[in-house]
Amino acid sequence: MGKQRVKFVFEENLVKQPVIYELGQKFKIVTNIRRAEVGEDVGWVVLELDGDEPEIKRGLEWVSSTGVRVDPLGGDVIDG
Amino acid sequence: MAFLNGLKCRECGREYPVEPLNVCDFCFGPLEVVYDYATISEVVSQDSIAKGPLSIWRYKDLLPAEGDDPVDIMAGFTPLLKARGLGKTLGLNNLYIKNDSVNPSFSFKDRVVSVAATKALEFGYETIACASTGNLACSVAAHCARAGVRAVVFIPSDLERGKIIGAAIYNPVLVSVDGTYDQVNRLCSELADDYPWAFVNINMRPYYAEGSKTLGYEVAEQLGWRVPDHVVVPSASGAMFTKIWKGLNEMACLGLLDGVPSSSFGVDQNTVHHPAVTTKMHMQQAEGCSPIATAWNSNQSQVVPVRPDSLAKSLAIGNPADGIYALKVIERSGGSAYAVPESDIVDGIKLLAETEGIFTETAGGVTVSGLKNLADSGAIKPDDLTVVYITGNGLKTQEAVEQVVNPLSIKPSISSFESVFEGAK
Repeated sequence: MGKQRVKFVFEENLVKQPVIYELGQKFKIVTNIRRAEVGEDVGWVVLELDGDEPEIKRGLEWVSSTGVRVDPLGGDVIDG
Repeated sequence: MAFLNGLKCRECGREYPVEPLNVCDFCFGPLEVVYDYATISEVVSQDSIAKGPLSIWRYKDLLPAEGDDPVDIMAGFTPLLKARGLGKTLGLNNLYIKNDSVNPSFSFKDRVVSVAATKALEFGYETIACASTGNLACSVAAHCARAGVRAVVFIPSDLERGKIIGAAIYNPVLVSVDGTYDQVNRLCSELADDYPWAFVNINMRPYYAEGSKTLGYEVAEQLGWRVPDHVVVPSASGAMFTKIWKGLNEMACLGLLDGVPSSSFGVDQNTVHHPAVTTKMHMQQAEGCSPIATAWNSNQSQVVPVRPDSLAKSLAIGNPADGIYALKVIERSGGSAYAVPESDIVDGIKLLAETEGIFTETAGGVTVSGLKNLADSGAIKPDDLTVVYITGNGLKTQEAVEQVVNPLSIKPSISSFESVFEGAK
Protein backbone atom coordinates (compact mmCIF):
# COMPACT_ATOMS: atom_id res chain seq x y z
CA MET A 1 0.00 0.00 0.00
CA GLY A 2 1.13 3.53 -0.64
CA LYS A 3 -0.01 7.08 -0.33
CA GLN A 4 0.36 9.91 -2.77
CA ARG A 5 -0.51 13.58 -2.37
CA VAL A 6 -1.63 15.31 -5.54
CA LYS A 7 -3.42 18.34 -6.89
CA PHE A 8 -6.17 18.10 -9.51
CA VAL A 9 -7.05 21.15 -11.56
CA PHE A 10 -10.38 21.16 -13.37
CA GLU A 11 -10.88 23.62 -16.17
CA GLU A 12 -14.32 25.08 -16.90
CA ASN A 13 -15.70 22.19 -18.95
CA LEU A 14 -14.76 19.64 -16.27
CA VAL A 15 -15.76 21.49 -13.10
CA LYS A 16 -19.10 19.67 -12.91
CA GLN A 17 -17.69 16.19 -13.59
CA PRO A 18 -17.58 13.80 -10.58
CA VAL A 19 -14.03 12.74 -11.37
CA ILE A 20 -12.97 12.02 -7.79
CA TYR A 21 -16.05 9.88 -7.16
CA GLU A 22 -15.36 7.90 -10.33
CA LEU A 23 -11.68 7.50 -9.39
CA GLY A 24 -12.78 5.75 -6.21
CA GLN A 25 -15.29 3.61 -8.10
CA LYS A 26 -13.10 2.55 -11.01
CA PHE A 27 -9.94 1.85 -9.00
CA LYS A 28 -9.11 0.45 -5.58
CA ILE A 29 -8.10 3.86 -4.30
CA VAL A 30 -9.29 5.71 -1.21
CA THR A 31 -9.53 9.44 -1.93
CA ASN A 32 -9.12 11.88 0.95
CA ILE A 33 -9.75 15.52 0.08
CA ARG A 34 -7.88 18.03 2.26
CA ARG A 35 -8.48 21.36 0.58
CA ALA A 36 -10.31 22.64 -2.47
CA GLU A 37 -11.62 25.69 -4.23
CA VAL A 38 -14.16 25.59 -6.99
CA GLY A 39 -15.06 28.60 -9.05
CA GLU A 40 -17.12 29.06 -12.19
CA ASP A 41 -14.12 28.94 -14.50
CA VAL A 42 -11.74 26.62 -12.73
CA GLY A 43 -11.47 24.44 -9.65
CA TRP A 44 -8.73 22.64 -7.81
CA VAL A 45 -8.56 19.94 -5.18
CA VAL A 46 -5.62 18.73 -3.14
CA LEU A 47 -6.06 15.22 -1.90
CA GLU A 48 -4.31 12.11 -0.66
CA LEU A 49 -4.69 8.84 -2.51
CA ASP A 50 -4.32 5.58 -0.61
CA GLY A 51 -3.87 2.26 -2.40
CA ASP A 52 -1.39 -0.02 -4.13
CA GLU A 53 1.17 2.02 -6.02
CA PRO A 54 0.43 0.45 -9.43
CA GLU A 55 -3.28 1.08 -8.85
CA ILE A 56 -2.63 4.73 -7.95
CA LYS A 57 -0.51 5.08 -11.10
CA ARG A 58 -3.31 3.62 -13.24
CA GLY A 59 -5.86 5.80 -11.50
CA LEU A 60 -3.87 8.97 -12.10
CA GLU A 61 -3.39 8.06 -15.75
CA TRP A 62 -7.15 7.72 -16.02
CA VAL A 63 -7.70 11.09 -14.32
CA SER A 64 -5.26 12.71 -16.76
CA SER A 65 -7.10 11.08 -19.66
CA THR A 66 -10.30 12.86 -18.63
CA GLY A 67 -8.58 16.21 -19.16
CA VAL A 68 -8.06 16.98 -15.48
CA ARG A 69 -4.53 18.20 -14.82
CA VAL A 70 -2.62 16.18 -12.22
CA ASP A 71 0.32 17.79 -10.46
CA PRO A 72 2.56 17.23 -7.46
CA LEU A 73 1.10 18.83 -4.37
CA GLY A 74 3.34 21.83 -3.90
CA GLY A 75 3.50 23.09 -7.47
CA ASP A 76 6.32 22.39 -9.86
CA VAL A 77 9.46 21.11 -8.22
CA ILE A 78 11.62 21.78 -11.26
CA ASP A 79 13.11 25.22 -10.83
CA GLY A 80 14.88 27.55 -13.19
CA MET B 1 21.83 32.02 16.02
CA ALA B 2 18.62 31.77 14.07
CA PHE B 3 15.65 33.48 15.70
CA LEU B 4 12.94 31.02 14.77
CA ASN B 5 9.78 30.04 16.56
CA GLY B 6 8.90 27.26 14.12
CA LEU B 7 6.92 26.68 10.94
CA LYS B 8 3.32 27.64 10.27
CA CYS B 9 0.83 26.63 7.59
CA ARG B 10 -0.11 29.56 5.37
CA GLU B 11 -3.60 28.16 4.92
CA CYS B 12 -4.84 26.72 8.21
CA GLY B 13 -2.30 28.25 10.62
CA ARG B 14 -1.23 24.98 12.23
CA GLU B 15 2.23 25.18 13.76
CA TYR B 16 5.16 22.81 13.41
CA PRO B 17 8.66 22.64 14.88
CA VAL B 18 11.75 23.66 12.92
CA GLU B 19 12.14 20.55 10.79
CA PRO B 20 12.70 19.69 7.12
CA LEU B 21 9.01 19.99 6.25
CA ASN B 22 7.26 21.97 3.56
CA VAL B 23 3.63 20.82 3.66
CA CYS B 24 1.02 20.94 6.41
CA ASP B 25 -0.01 17.42 7.36
CA PHE B 26 -3.57 18.51 7.94
CA CYS B 27 -4.57 20.63 4.94
CA PHE B 28 -1.53 20.15 2.69
CA GLY B 29 -0.93 23.90 2.63
CA PRO B 30 2.61 25.30 2.34
CA LEU B 31 4.63 25.91 5.50
CA GLU B 32 6.39 29.18 6.23
CA VAL B 33 9.02 30.15 8.76
CA VAL B 34 7.86 31.97 11.89
CA TYR B 35 10.40 34.38 13.38
CA ASP B 36 10.93 35.65 16.88
CA TYR B 37 10.82 39.29 15.79
CA ALA B 38 10.76 40.56 19.36
CA THR B 39 14.28 39.21 19.90
CA ILE B 40 15.42 40.12 16.40
CA SER B 41 14.44 43.73 16.99
CA GLU B 42 16.75 43.81 20.03
CA VAL B 43 19.84 42.63 18.12
CA VAL B 44 19.50 43.95 14.58
CA SER B 45 20.18 47.52 13.53
CA GLN B 46 21.50 49.44 10.54
CA ASP B 47 24.93 49.38 12.22
CA SER B 48 24.90 45.64 12.92
CA ILE B 49 24.01 44.97 9.28
CA ALA B 50 26.59 47.40 7.92
CA LYS B 51 29.33 45.69 9.95
CA GLY B 52 28.47 42.30 8.46
CA PRO B 53 30.13 40.50 5.54
CA LEU B 54 29.54 41.64 1.96
CA SER B 55 27.16 38.77 1.30
CA ILE B 56 23.60 37.80 2.21
CA TRP B 57 24.93 36.77 5.62
CA ARG B 58 25.15 40.43 6.68
CA TYR B 59 21.41 39.85 7.30
CA LYS B 60 21.95 36.63 9.24
CA ASP B 61 19.65 37.71 12.08
CA LEU B 62 16.79 37.85 9.57
CA LEU B 63 17.48 34.48 7.95
CA PRO B 64 16.25 31.07 9.10
CA ALA B 65 19.67 29.43 9.42
CA GLU B 66 22.63 29.86 11.72
CA GLY B 67 24.79 32.57 10.25
CA ASP B 68 28.02 31.91 12.11
CA ASP B 69 29.42 29.28 9.73
CA PRO B 70 27.20 29.36 6.66
CA VAL B 71 27.70 27.59 3.35
CA ASP B 72 28.79 30.78 1.69
CA ILE B 73 30.37 31.36 -1.70
CA MET B 74 29.70 35.08 -1.17
CA ALA B 75 26.22 35.22 -2.62
CA GLY B 76 24.57 38.60 -2.57
CA PHE B 77 25.45 42.20 -1.91
CA THR B 78 25.52 42.60 -5.65
CA PRO B 79 25.75 46.05 -7.30
CA LEU B 80 22.87 48.50 -7.43
CA LEU B 81 23.66 50.72 -10.40
CA LYS B 82 22.12 54.01 -11.46
CA ALA B 83 20.90 53.17 -14.97
CA ARG B 84 21.56 56.38 -16.85
CA GLY B 85 21.68 54.86 -20.34
CA LEU B 86 18.64 52.62 -20.03
CA GLY B 87 16.84 55.32 -18.07
CA LYS B 88 17.45 57.87 -20.80
CA THR B 89 16.16 55.48 -23.44
CA LEU B 90 13.01 54.75 -21.46
CA GLY B 91 12.46 58.28 -20.15
CA LEU B 92 13.13 57.28 -16.54
CA ASN B 93 15.35 59.65 -14.55
CA ASN B 94 15.57 57.63 -11.37
CA LEU B 95 16.13 54.09 -12.55
CA TYR B 96 18.42 51.58 -10.80
CA ILE B 97 19.50 48.10 -11.79
CA LYS B 98 19.97 45.44 -9.13
CA ASN B 99 22.54 43.37 -11.00
CA ASP B 100 22.22 39.92 -9.48
CA SER B 101 23.72 38.29 -12.56
CA VAL B 102 27.14 38.69 -10.94
CA ASN B 103 26.55 36.24 -8.12
CA PRO B 104 29.16 33.47 -7.81
CA SER B 105 27.24 30.99 -9.98
CA PHE B 106 25.79 33.85 -12.03
CA SER B 107 22.20 34.00 -10.82
CA PHE B 108 20.12 35.02 -7.81
CA LYS B 109 19.73 31.32 -6.95
CA ASP B 110 22.92 31.57 -4.90
CA ARG B 111 20.94 33.52 -2.30
CA VAL B 112 18.32 30.85 -1.73
CA VAL B 113 20.70 27.92 -2.07
CA SER B 114 23.17 29.38 0.44
CA VAL B 115 20.37 29.48 3.02
CA ALA B 116 19.01 26.04 2.08
CA ALA B 117 22.45 24.41 2.11
CA THR B 118 23.30 25.94 5.47
CA LYS B 119 20.02 24.73 6.91
CA ALA B 120 20.45 21.26 5.35
CA LEU B 121 23.78 20.85 7.14
CA GLU B 122 22.19 22.01 10.39
CA PHE B 123 19.64 19.23 9.96
CA GLY B 124 22.45 16.74 9.40
CA TYR B 125 21.89 15.98 5.73
CA GLU B 126 24.81 14.63 3.73
CA THR B 127 23.19 14.97 0.30
CA ILE B 128 21.59 18.08 -1.16
CA ALA B 129 19.41 17.70 -4.26
CA CYS B 130 17.32 19.65 -6.72
CA ALA B 131 15.48 19.43 -10.03
CA SER B 132 16.40 22.27 -12.32
CA THR B 133 16.47 23.64 -15.82
CA GLY B 134 19.70 25.53 -15.21
CA ASN B 135 20.47 28.18 -12.63
CA LEU B 136 19.42 26.21 -9.58
CA ALA B 137 21.46 23.20 -10.72
CA CYS B 138 24.59 25.35 -11.01
CA SER B 139 24.06 26.92 -7.62
CA VAL B 140 23.35 23.69 -5.75
CA ALA B 141 26.37 22.00 -7.29
CA ALA B 142 28.60 24.96 -6.43
CA HIS B 143 27.44 25.23 -2.82
CA CYS B 144 27.83 21.49 -2.27
CA ALA B 145 31.36 21.68 -3.61
CA ARG B 146 32.06 24.44 -1.10
CA ALA B 147 30.46 22.49 1.76
CA GLY B 148 32.05 19.18 0.83
CA VAL B 149 28.77 17.30 0.61
CA ARG B 150 27.19 15.33 -2.20
CA ALA B 151 25.00 17.11 -4.71
CA VAL B 152 22.40 15.20 -6.73
CA VAL B 153 21.05 17.31 -9.55
CA PHE B 154 18.21 16.22 -11.83
CA ILE B 155 17.95 17.89 -15.22
CA PRO B 156 15.74 17.35 -18.25
CA SER B 157 17.67 15.50 -20.98
CA ASP B 158 17.07 18.30 -23.52
CA LEU B 159 18.76 20.98 -21.37
CA GLU B 160 21.16 23.26 -23.26
CA ARG B 161 24.79 22.13 -23.09
CA GLY B 162 25.99 25.45 -21.68
CA LYS B 163 23.80 25.05 -18.64
CA ILE B 164 24.82 21.42 -18.12
CA ILE B 165 28.50 22.39 -18.12
CA GLY B 166 27.78 25.20 -15.66
CA ALA B 167 26.54 22.60 -13.17
CA ALA B 168 28.73 19.63 -14.14
CA ILE B 169 31.99 21.48 -13.54
CA TYR B 170 31.38 21.29 -9.78
CA ASN B 171 31.17 17.47 -10.07
CA PRO B 172 27.70 16.76 -8.71
CA VAL B 173 25.85 13.49 -9.36
CA LEU B 174 24.16 14.75 -12.51
CA VAL B 175 21.04 12.82 -13.52
CA SER B 176 19.65 13.52 -16.97
CA VAL B 177 15.99 12.47 -17.12
CA ASP B 178 14.63 11.46 -20.49
CA GLY B 179 11.02 12.53 -20.22
CA THR B 180 8.54 15.36 -20.59
CA TYR B 181 8.56 18.33 -18.27
CA ASP B 182 5.63 16.86 -16.33
CA GLN B 183 7.32 13.47 -16.02
CA VAL B 184 10.53 15.00 -14.67
CA ASN B 185 8.49 17.06 -12.27
CA ARG B 186 6.55 14.07 -10.98
CA LEU B 187 9.60 11.85 -10.67
CA CYS B 188 11.48 14.37 -8.57
CA SER B 189 8.50 14.97 -6.35
CA GLU B 190 8.28 11.23 -5.66
CA LEU B 191 12.04 10.91 -5.11
CA ALA B 192 11.84 13.62 -2.49
CA ASP B 193 9.44 11.43 -0.54
CA ASP B 194 11.61 8.31 -0.85
CA TYR B 195 15.19 9.52 -0.31
CA PRO B 196 16.69 11.02 2.84
CA TRP B 197 18.05 14.02 1.01
CA ALA B 198 17.65 17.75 1.40
CA PHE B 199 15.78 18.79 -1.74
CA VAL B 200 16.34 22.53 -1.66
CA ASN B 201 12.99 23.52 -3.15
CA ILE B 202 10.93 20.69 -1.65
CA ASN B 203 11.56 19.72 1.96
CA MET B 204 13.93 22.70 2.44
CA ARG B 205 11.56 25.11 0.71
CA PRO B 206 10.39 27.13 3.76
CA TYR B 207 14.03 28.01 4.49
CA TYR B 208 15.26 28.15 0.90
CA ALA B 209 12.66 30.70 -0.20
CA GLU B 210 13.60 33.08 2.62
CA GLY B 211 16.96 33.71 0.96
CA SER B 212 15.20 35.88 -1.61
CA LYS B 213 14.25 38.38 1.10
CA THR B 214 17.83 39.62 0.87
CA LEU B 215 17.00 41.08 -2.56
CA GLY B 216 14.65 43.43 -0.73
CA TYR B 217 17.02 44.16 2.15
CA GLU B 218 19.94 45.00 -0.10
CA VAL B 219 18.02 47.37 -2.32
CA ALA B 220 16.69 49.24 0.71
CA GLU B 221 20.17 49.43 2.27
CA GLN B 222 21.88 50.44 -0.98
CA LEU B 223 19.30 53.17 -1.57
CA GLY B 224 20.19 54.63 1.83
CA TRP B 225 17.72 52.72 4.01
CA ARG B 226 14.63 53.59 2.03
CA VAL B 227 12.27 51.74 -0.28
CA PRO B 228 11.77 52.43 -4.00
CA ASP B 229 8.51 53.58 -5.56
CA HIS B 230 8.50 50.64 -7.96
CA VAL B 231 10.28 47.34 -8.34
CA VAL B 232 10.19 45.35 -11.56
CA VAL B 233 10.77 41.65 -11.02
CA PRO B 234 10.80 38.53 -13.21
CA SER B 235 8.70 35.70 -11.88
CA ALA B 236 8.47 31.93 -12.22
CA SER B 237 7.10 30.26 -9.06
CA GLY B 238 6.25 33.66 -7.55
CA ALA B 239 8.41 32.96 -4.49
CA MET B 240 11.10 35.57 -5.13
CA PHE B 241 8.43 38.17 -5.88
CA THR B 242 6.65 37.59 -2.57
CA LYS B 243 9.90 37.47 -0.61
CA ILE B 244 11.18 40.82 -1.92
CA TRP B 245 7.94 42.31 -0.65
CA LYS B 246 8.31 40.51 2.67
CA GLY B 247 11.90 41.75 2.99
CA LEU B 248 10.91 45.38 2.48
CA ASN B 249 8.10 45.10 5.02
CA GLU B 250 10.31 43.36 7.57
CA MET B 251 12.78 46.23 7.35
CA ALA B 252 10.00 48.74 7.94
CA CYS B 253 8.48 46.85 10.86
CA LEU B 254 11.89 46.42 12.51
CA GLY B 255 12.60 50.13 12.24
CA LEU B 256 15.50 49.63 9.82
CA LEU B 257 14.32 52.24 7.31
CA ASP B 258 15.30 55.85 7.87
CA GLY B 259 12.57 57.84 9.58
CA VAL B 260 10.30 54.84 10.04
CA PRO B 261 9.65 53.76 13.64
CA SER B 262 9.41 50.05 14.35
CA SER B 263 5.95 48.56 14.56
CA SER B 264 4.14 45.29 15.17
CA PHE B 265 4.04 42.50 12.61
CA GLY B 266 0.43 41.75 13.54
CA VAL B 267 -1.09 38.30 13.59
CA ASP B 268 0.31 37.03 10.29
CA GLN B 269 3.99 37.64 9.61
CA ASN B 270 3.64 36.67 5.97
CA THR B 271 0.95 39.17 5.05
CA VAL B 272 2.14 42.20 6.97
CA HIS B 273 2.10 45.45 5.02
CA HIS B 274 3.75 48.41 6.72
CA PRO B 275 2.27 51.73 5.52
CA ALA B 276 5.78 53.09 4.94
CA VAL B 277 6.32 50.48 2.23
CA THR B 278 4.71 52.27 -0.69
CA THR B 279 6.59 50.23 -3.27
CA LYS B 280 4.51 48.98 -6.18
CA MET B 281 5.45 45.43 -7.12
CA HIS B 282 5.46 44.79 -10.88
CA MET B 283 5.75 41.17 -12.00
CA GLN B 284 7.07 40.20 -15.42
CA GLN B 285 6.49 36.80 -16.99
CA ALA B 286 7.15 35.53 -20.49
CA GLU B 287 4.03 35.07 -22.57
CA GLY B 288 4.87 31.41 -23.18
CA CYS B 289 4.59 30.70 -19.46
CA SER B 290 2.56 33.37 -17.73
CA PRO B 291 0.03 31.71 -15.43
CA ILE B 292 0.27 34.36 -12.71
CA ALA B 293 0.09 37.34 -15.07
CA THR B 294 -2.83 35.71 -16.88
CA ALA B 295 -4.71 35.23 -13.62
CA TRP B 296 -4.04 38.82 -12.55
CA ASN B 297 -5.07 40.36 -15.84
CA SER B 298 -8.26 38.31 -16.06
CA ASN B 299 -9.25 39.01 -12.45
CA GLN B 300 -9.08 35.34 -11.49
CA SER B 301 -8.45 34.44 -7.87
CA GLN B 302 -6.86 31.16 -8.92
CA VAL B 303 -3.80 30.44 -10.99
CA VAL B 304 -4.49 27.92 -13.73
CA PRO B 305 -1.39 25.82 -14.52
CA VAL B 306 0.00 25.90 -18.04
CA ARG B 307 2.48 23.80 -20.02
CA PRO B 308 5.54 26.04 -20.47
CA ASP B 309 6.62 26.97 -23.98
CA SER B 310 8.95 29.91 -23.59
CA LEU B 311 12.38 31.08 -24.63
CA ALA B 312 12.87 32.13 -21.00
CA LYS B 313 13.52 28.66 -19.61
CA SER B 314 14.50 29.91 -16.17
CA LEU B 315 11.00 31.40 -15.80
CA ALA B 316 9.20 28.37 -17.24
CA ILE B 317 7.28 27.08 -14.24
CA GLY B 318 3.82 26.11 -15.40
CA ASN B 319 2.37 25.37 -11.97
CA PRO B 320 3.73 28.10 -9.71
CA ALA B 321 3.73 27.13 -6.03
CA ASP B 322 3.47 30.73 -4.82
CA GLY B 323 1.25 32.04 -7.60
CA ILE B 324 -1.74 32.70 -5.40
CA TYR B 325 0.39 34.55 -2.84
CA ALA B 326 2.06 36.59 -5.56
CA LEU B 327 -1.38 37.75 -6.71
CA LYS B 328 -2.05 39.01 -3.19
CA VAL B 329 1.23 40.95 -3.15
CA ILE B 330 0.38 42.61 -6.46
CA GLU B 331 -2.99 43.62 -5.03
CA ARG B 332 -1.67 44.89 -1.69
CA SER B 333 1.13 46.87 -3.27
CA GLY B 334 -0.96 48.39 -6.06
CA GLY B 335 1.35 46.76 -8.59
CA SER B 336 0.84 44.94 -11.84
CA ALA B 337 1.65 41.83 -13.83
CA TYR B 338 2.53 41.63 -17.49
CA ALA B 339 3.07 38.81 -19.95
CA VAL B 340 5.95 39.94 -22.15
CA PRO B 341 5.59 38.79 -25.77
CA GLU B 342 8.15 36.12 -26.61
CA SER B 343 9.30 38.24 -29.55
CA ASP B 344 10.34 41.03 -27.15
CA ILE B 345 12.65 38.92 -24.97
CA VAL B 346 15.76 39.20 -27.11
CA ASP B 347 15.06 42.91 -27.65
CA GLY B 348 15.14 43.34 -23.88
CA ILE B 349 18.47 41.52 -23.58
CA LYS B 350 19.98 43.67 -26.30
CA LEU B 351 18.56 46.91 -24.90
CA LEU B 352 20.14 46.28 -21.50
CA ALA B 353 23.48 45.26 -23.02
CA GLU B 354 23.65 48.24 -25.39
CA THR B 355 22.62 50.87 -22.84
CA GLU B 356 24.20 49.58 -19.62
CA GLY B 357 26.91 47.08 -20.53
CA ILE B 358 25.14 44.27 -18.70
CA PHE B 359 24.60 40.93 -20.44
CA THR B 360 21.59 39.19 -18.99
CA GLU B 361 19.92 35.88 -19.73
CA THR B 362 16.46 35.49 -21.22
CA ALA B 363 14.74 36.15 -17.88
CA GLY B 364 16.43 39.55 -17.81
CA GLY B 365 15.18 40.18 -21.33
CA VAL B 366 11.68 39.58 -20.04
CA THR B 367 12.23 41.99 -17.16
CA VAL B 368 13.68 44.80 -19.25
CA SER B 369 10.94 44.48 -21.89
CA GLY B 370 8.40 44.54 -19.09
CA LEU B 371 10.04 47.67 -17.66
CA LYS B 372 9.80 49.30 -21.08
CA ASN B 373 6.10 48.50 -21.18
CA LEU B 374 5.61 50.08 -17.75
CA ALA B 375 7.49 53.22 -18.83
CA ASP B 376 5.70 53.49 -22.18
CA SER B 377 2.29 53.07 -20.57
CA GLY B 378 2.97 55.74 -17.95
CA ALA B 379 2.57 53.32 -15.06
CA ILE B 380 6.04 54.45 -13.97
CA LYS B 381 6.49 58.23 -14.04
CA PRO B 382 9.81 59.75 -15.16
CA ASP B 383 10.98 60.73 -11.66
CA ASP B 384 9.73 57.67 -9.78
CA LEU B 385 12.45 55.79 -7.92
CA THR B 386 12.47 52.47 -9.74
CA VAL B 387 14.54 49.31 -9.32
CA VAL B 388 14.67 46.59 -11.95
CA TYR B 389 15.99 43.19 -10.88
CA ILE B 390 18.35 41.41 -13.27
CA THR B 391 18.60 37.91 -11.87
CA GLY B 392 20.71 35.87 -14.28
CA ASN B 393 23.74 36.13 -16.54
CA GLY B 394 23.63 36.18 -20.33
CA LEU B 395 26.51 33.73 -20.67
CA LYS B 396 24.02 31.02 -19.69
CA THR B 397 21.68 31.57 -22.64
CA GLN B 398 24.01 32.67 -25.39
CA GLU B 399 22.10 30.64 -27.99
CA ALA B 400 19.17 33.05 -27.62
CA VAL B 401 21.19 35.94 -29.02
CA GLU B 402 23.50 34.24 -31.50
CA GLN B 403 22.22 36.53 -34.25
CA VAL B 404 24.11 39.50 -32.78
CA VAL B 405 27.37 37.98 -34.01
CA ASN B 406 27.77 39.77 -37.32
CA PRO B 407 31.38 40.97 -37.58
CA LEU B 408 32.87 43.11 -40.30
CA SER B 409 34.96 40.66 -42.37
CA ILE B 410 38.13 42.08 -43.85
CA LYS B 411 41.41 41.06 -45.48
CA PRO B 412 44.55 41.65 -43.37
CA SER B 413 45.18 45.12 -44.83
CA ILE B 414 44.51 48.72 -43.88
CA SER B 415 42.72 49.37 -47.16
CA SER B 416 40.38 46.45 -46.66
CA PHE B 417 39.58 47.63 -43.14
CA GLU B 418 38.98 51.21 -44.24
CA SER B 419 36.71 50.28 -47.13
CA VAL B 420 34.60 47.94 -44.99
CA PHE B 421 34.62 50.30 -41.99
CA GLU B 422 33.57 53.28 -44.09
CA GLY B 423 30.76 51.20 -45.62
CA ALA B 424 29.59 50.12 -42.19
CA LYS B 425 29.43 53.71 -40.95
